[in-house]
Amino acid sequence: MAVAVRSEFGVILERCSGLAEDVTYPSVRRWREDHPGGHAVGHFQVYFPEELIHAAGMLPVTLMGAGSRLEAKQADSHIGSFICSVCRTSLELGFSGRVGFLDAFYTTPICDVARNLAGIWGRNFKGMTAEILYLPQNANAKQAVSYLRNEYARVLAELERIAGRPIEEADLRRSIRVYNENRRLLRELYRFKRETPWLLSTTEAYVLAKAGTVMPREEHNEILRTALAEIPNRDGRRQDRVRVVFEGGFCEQPPLDMLQLIEEACYIVDDDLLIGMRWIVDDVPETGDPLYALAESYLERSTYSCVQHDDRKPKEEMLLRRLAESGGQAVILAAAKMCEPGLDEQVAYSKALEEKKIPFLLLDFEEKMTAFERMRMEVETFVESILFD
Amino acid sequence: MSVKQAHAPQLEGELVGRGRRDGNRLFKEWYAELDAAAAAGDPTAYVFVMGSAAEVLKAFDLNLVFPEINSLQMAVRKVSLDYLNKAEDYGYSTDVCGYVKADVGMHLDARKHPNGRIPKPSIVVATNMCNTYVKWVEIWQRMYGCKVFVLDIPGQRGIGWSTEPGSEQFENDRRYVQSQLEELIEACVAVTGRPFRIERLQENLAHVNLMAADWKAVLRLNQNIPAPFNAMADGLTYMGVLSAYRGTEAGARYMAELREEMEHKVRLGIGTIAEERFRLHGVGPACYPYFRRFLELFQDWGAVFVSTEYLAYAGGGLDLGIQFDVERPLESLAEQLLITGRRSMSNMFFSQDQLADTVRDWKADGIVYHSVKSCRTVSTGMADSREYLTRIKDVPSLFVESDLVDPRIWSEAQFKNRIDAYFEALGARKSAALVAAKG
Ligand code: SF4
Ligand code: SF4
Repeated sequence: MAVAVRSEFGVILERCSGLAEDVTYPSVRRWREDHPGGHAVGHFQVYFPEELIHAAGMLPVTLMGAGSRLEAKQADSHIGSFICSVCRTSLELGFSGRVGFLDAFYTTPICDVARNLAGIWGRNFKGMTAEILYLPQNANAKQAVSYLRNEYARVLAELERIAGRPIEEADLRRSIRVYNENRRLLRELYRFKRETPWLLSTTEAYVLAKAGTVMPREEHNEILRTALAEIPNRDGRRQDRVRVVFEGGFCEQPPLDMLQLIEEACYIVDDDLLIGMRWIVDDVPETGDPLYALAESYLERSTYSCVQHDDRKPKEEMLLRRLAESGGQAVILAAAKMCEPGLDEQVAYSKALEEKKIPFLLLDFEEKMTAFERMRMEVETFVESILFD
Repeated sequence: MSVKQAHAPQLEGELVGRGRRDGNRLFKEWYAELDAAAAAGDPTAYVFVMGSAAEVLKAFDLNLVFPEINSLQMAVRKVSLDYLNKAEDYGYSTDVCGYVKADVGMHLDARKHPNGRIPKPSIVVATNMCNTYVKWVEIWQRMYGCKVFVLDIPGQRGIGWSTEPGSEQFENDRRYVQSQLEELIEACVAVTGRPFRIERLQENLAHVNLMAADWKAVLRLNQNIPAPFNAMADGLTYMGVLSAYRGTEAGARYMAELREEMEHKVRLGIGTIAEERFRLHGVGPACYPYFRRFLELFQDWGAVFVSTEYLAYAGGGLDLGIQFDVERPLESLAEQLLITGRRSMSNMFFSQDQLADTVRDWKADGIVYHSVKSCRTVSTGMADSREYLTRIKDVPSLFVESDLVDPRIWSEAQFKNRIDAYFEALGARKSAALVAAKG
């Protein structure tokens, strides 16, 4: 009988996908057990400067809903009917006690559903800091960076209070270094996806990245380093497949099954999944005032998303650039149901692609969807139309 | 001659209802001016009711277009569905805010609004008070290539968080807002080719001071029993004038006269219906495509909306009775924008304590929450805030859902059932309280 020998990559992948999809947060619970008196701080999508949390010796945890793995039983009675699923299940994580290990919860002004989360969280989960980190919404204001630097200082003071100790500049610099390394490794991961998508699928890259949202980044860096070293040795044969860019995964996350079904028909060579982890596209300076460096990087060394208006980054142009840089031929424009910013942008993107005669497919999804037959047909038909055009 | 003297000898018939009549007249005039501006191609700013920066824009004689008011008017005139359909045919999802879609439909139809032609935007200013504003302005930017200015007003960070002018935190935020105002002025100079004159800004601020003081008084006059106006019905007209005529002499005069009318009604005990049986506080806007019916369903029970959150947040916080220091105009404007803008946002995101205070001060018997599909800004936290107030303060409330512009979401039978059941329970509760009080 042949015994299947799993590669190291396979082992890592399995572990990451287990951690990334498990709504009981085993890695966070274990971390808390290993760090008696330690603190965990949760933040909602899309971007949060985790370096601040990390520098306090705390564990940052990204809350991004729970897909179909958790029913929003209690949350549904606390939130309006016409609200995206990621907010419902994120709240359910709170109501069900699954994230009771958190000492604080932060949200940002990505949309008004997200802003409302701070109030709902604060009214219901007493004893836990529940705040909005007011990222600047006028990204073009001359004082945006200095304003944000002060806003980061405010959050830092609250984290110091929770930690019961001051956070020194040296702590922040160390964290910036760890996160710079993490972003560099993620860029490497995406390079494989772009250049050799037959060696690394998007679903794989996704779970590898997502595991970082529930574990210390040093550990995640180790995982990524090992995985990256393994990828070139993987068996994978290049196929003549359509290369697409997937746009629309910035906040609510599409189910893994959905990504998989797309990948059965084509290569996804770039995407905006978990874009917050890759928001900063270059190293944050490791010298000077670390808070200023982080604030400046958020505004000046960053990618784009439909939840940020920045005159310097017209989103259609940014998408076209993403497409060109990844050598994509077509775009899948996804949007989460009930997501105002995502749905608004979908129209703008589609008009721009139409004008450039670039094939695109519109897909609406929900993190909790479980039936994909119709979507599978749509994707297959779309890919065939490109192949046989 | 003061406004009060001018109207002192008026007959009651002329005074009562004047605010509505004059409001409608001013509204027509405003739309006529926009129509003329569209024909002449005059420079125009698109702005939003929550934080319009009208004080600055009017210093440049820019025409102001309020797209939210345009969409609301389409709904009240029962033509919104045509516009919604146009936008949906163009590609907008049924789940996108209907105000945005009705507006997009109008732009696709060469800016023909039932009230007249709407001029093209030269500059658009969005505050962050609603995030959809920011998405909305991007649509016009693509359509017209106009200048977009996002005026960012950092809001309340969490429950129990507040800052006072002079504190380090407040000053950090104020500096940011003030520098944005300076950049907005630069943008207006560039767009209009007109110089900035600080005296014009000071004049506008002085008009707002008068308007805000009277508006605050008008709102508080509704604490009387019976309430002199229906905040959901009449309040809408007043709010329209408040937005469109903010920073003008006509606007200040209107509000002074409105105050006079309300004082008069209070003196004579004139309410809005024959017998005011229930006093309500409204959270969320009305269903404008069925506005009359929406209001009747409450009035039939002798219920009056004595206050609404809408009059607070849609006025950009003017309900607080802003007073600008005209001697340091920009600094003061930044400061007040921060205070009032923050308060508007808190009304939506951290509403629970303010709601409880309003119920107490306006002597409301209960709260009506109208959650609207279009507006996640006001609707997301409603159910939770309601649950909290019921649990902590025992405020009886009704929760209904429809939309503010999309007639397809309205179900009268469902509305009526819930409203009837609510008032039956509220009536029983009031009787029981009466019996208990008599002891
Ligand atoms: S999915 Fe869209 S609507 Fe929901 S929280 Fe995220 S950005 Fe907001
Ligand atoms: S989401 Fe609400 S506040 Fe924002 S534009 Fe739509 S209706 Fe107005």
